Amino acid sequence: MTPTKAIIAGLFVLAGPLPAVAEIRIGASVSATGPAGALGDSEAKTLEMLVEEVNGKGGINGETVTLVLYDDAGDPNKARTFATRLIEDDEVVAIIGGTTTGTSMSILAVAEDAGIPFISLAGAIDIIDPVKPYTFKTPHTDRMGCQKIFADMQARGFAKVAIIASTDGFGASMQAQCKLVAPEMGMEIVADETYDPKDSDMTAQLTKIRGTEGVQAIVNPGFGQSAAVLARNYRQLGMDIPFYASHGVASQGYIDLAGAEAVEGFRLPGTALLVAELLADGDVQKPAVTAYKAAFEGKFATPVSTFGGYAHDGFMILSDAIARATAAEPAAIRDAIEATTGLAGTTGVYTYSATDHLGLDLSAFRLLEIRGGAWTLAE
Amino acid sequence: MSELIQFLFSGVTVGAVYALVALGFTIIYNASDVVNFAQGEFVMLGGMITWFAHEAGLPLPLAALIAIVLTSALGVAMNKLAIEPARGAPVVSLIIITIGASIFIQGTAQLVFGKQIHTFPAFSGDTPIHVGGATILPQSLWMIAGALAVFLALWLFFSRTLLGRAVMATANNRLAAQLVGINTNFVMTLSFALSAAIGALGGVLATPVTLTAYGVGIGFALKGFAGAMLGGMGNPKGALLGGFLIGLIEALTAGYLWSQYKDAVAFVVILLVLFFLPQGLFGRKTTDRV
Repeated sequence: MTPTKAIIAGLFVLAGPLPAVAEIRIGASVSATGPAGALGDSEAKTLEMLVEEVNGKGGINGETVTLVLYDDAGDPNKARTFATRLIEDDEVVAIIGGTTTGTSMSILAVAEDAGIPFISLAGAIDIIDPVKPYTFKTPHTDRMGCQKIFADMQARGFAKVAIIASTDGFGASMQAQCKLVAPEMGMEIVADETYDPKDSDMTAQLTKIRGTEGVQAIVNPGFGQSAAVLARNYRQLGMDIPFYASHGVASQGYIDLAGAEAVEGFRLPGTALLVAELLADGDVQKPAVTAYKAAFEGKFATPVSTFGGYAHDGFMILSDAIARATAAEPAAIRDAIEATTGLAGTTGVYTYSATDHLGLDLSAFRLLEIRGGAWTLAE
Repeated sequence: MSELIQFLFSGVTVGAVYALVALGFTIIYNASDVVNFAQGEFVMLGGMITWFAHEAGLPLPLAALIAIVLTSALGVAMNKLAIEPARGAPVVSLIIITIGASIFIQGTAQLVFGKQIHTFPAFSGDTPIHVGGATILPQSLWMIAGALAVFLALWLFFSRTLLGRAVMATANNRLAAQLVGINTNFVMTLSFALSAAIGALGGVLATPVTLTAYGVGIGFALKGFAGAMLGGMGNPKGALLGGFLIGLIEALTAGYLWSQYKDAVAFVVILLVLFFLPQGLFGRKTTDRV
């Protein structure tokens, strides 16, 4: 609402040893307030924390990192304005941000025009498909979420699926992707229901699914309040059809809001960050996951979220690329990002190429199951 | 058969929320012809403050009482600080002021209570009650009882008490009401206090089922407004029935037709009612003397 208040610019000008040293200016526009505020808030905190951390260690290649952070409140128009301001006034070498698909699309248009590398933190596949030269992204796509869920259903011998999706952007997009990949994976969609994210009761839709012949499993593309209400309604009706939630609800908040009893046995694709303690010692993601979790929770006393993890990975990829780049110039940084290979973050292991600006495969998703109010690995 | 019962249960659960919001609209509308679009924020505050106080260690009934009293005080403050200074402005301007107040309350709630989703325990547990193969939550019964009780209290207030009639008189003609000795400023203050209290009560009753967050108010306000329009703006009976009807139409559409179009069907019904019965089902006839 008041972007000026949320601007945290020039975070770190260390009045310390080397005042003459050059600085690397990195821009960010996230939705720290507004409808996606819960997501963007942890992204903003993560970026500030990591920049502080990097500078404490002497910066990148001895150069101090300056973060210029704006809050676009989830408004694509504001995101576009801020992206322009970051490039023209703040003269940043790269941009991280775009909490939502909408804001990411605005920023990428500006960044592509100006030739500034942009790492998006939003889910939709459209951001990097088709591949655009300067745009990368860190989160999984919703298509991968569907594939992971269907793969587990195949393993359990299910073939007839009911979908119940929310009508917001996330739910609608994932619902469409699930319907798209279902035939490829031998799944038949036998019921297809929706609900409004503001609805307070979905027992009618669930009753309809219960009455549908042959449903073997339910998939729920949705997140936030309505997903928790849906889980409660499912339990209220005493249903026992195996239930798959989406990666959008992968946080402790979902279990707390819906009630541990309601979501007992629910499965969903989630990131390694959620189950940091359960990862095997040899897991390639374990060092990144535990370090980020300890730092974030130590500093802010709130649990880490998948979304903060996206920002962590974005900054990690960028700082790794700047360190390798031939010059701290946008074009050289872009080339270095594209050459990223086997970099383990909290979301997955990133390997970018000229044809792949997503960099993740299905192994990045862990299939989680809720048992006794806590996350467990189902695999 | 059990399916139909389940759809009806779903409808009355949702309908009870809409009815409570719609009932909140009636008092301020009756006193001033203003549709208070901050009504949804009162519902949000009822839930949020209860959660906050309960989290701080207070017992649930006390937390709920504090929420209702504080929200009611906020309603009075809104009238004194935002509506009263603009007295004499056209009704449309006052409605726009209430939208501004709604945005302000939402922003403040976001700062004070955070952006997370919250809830608190249901009053009588979460074990569903089984009726004819369908289930309903005990909290839904609380919500329905709450809506009926508020309706009854309002109906008695407007038809049986002098103060209630004073409210109606103020709406009808402020100057004439003043001439016969009604303190119209007091009536306005009272109507905001009561409306806010009813909204907060709705929030207290509904939150264990619907959950709450700083942004839920607008959704409640729109559906509640639709219920109030359908039943007839300003009539408690209309608000009650309108709210429940919208809930039932939504549930039956989602159950028997397509869930994709349930909101659309509800609004089409409202359009049809307004087209053929512009005053709603139970609205007062407007007669202008010329």
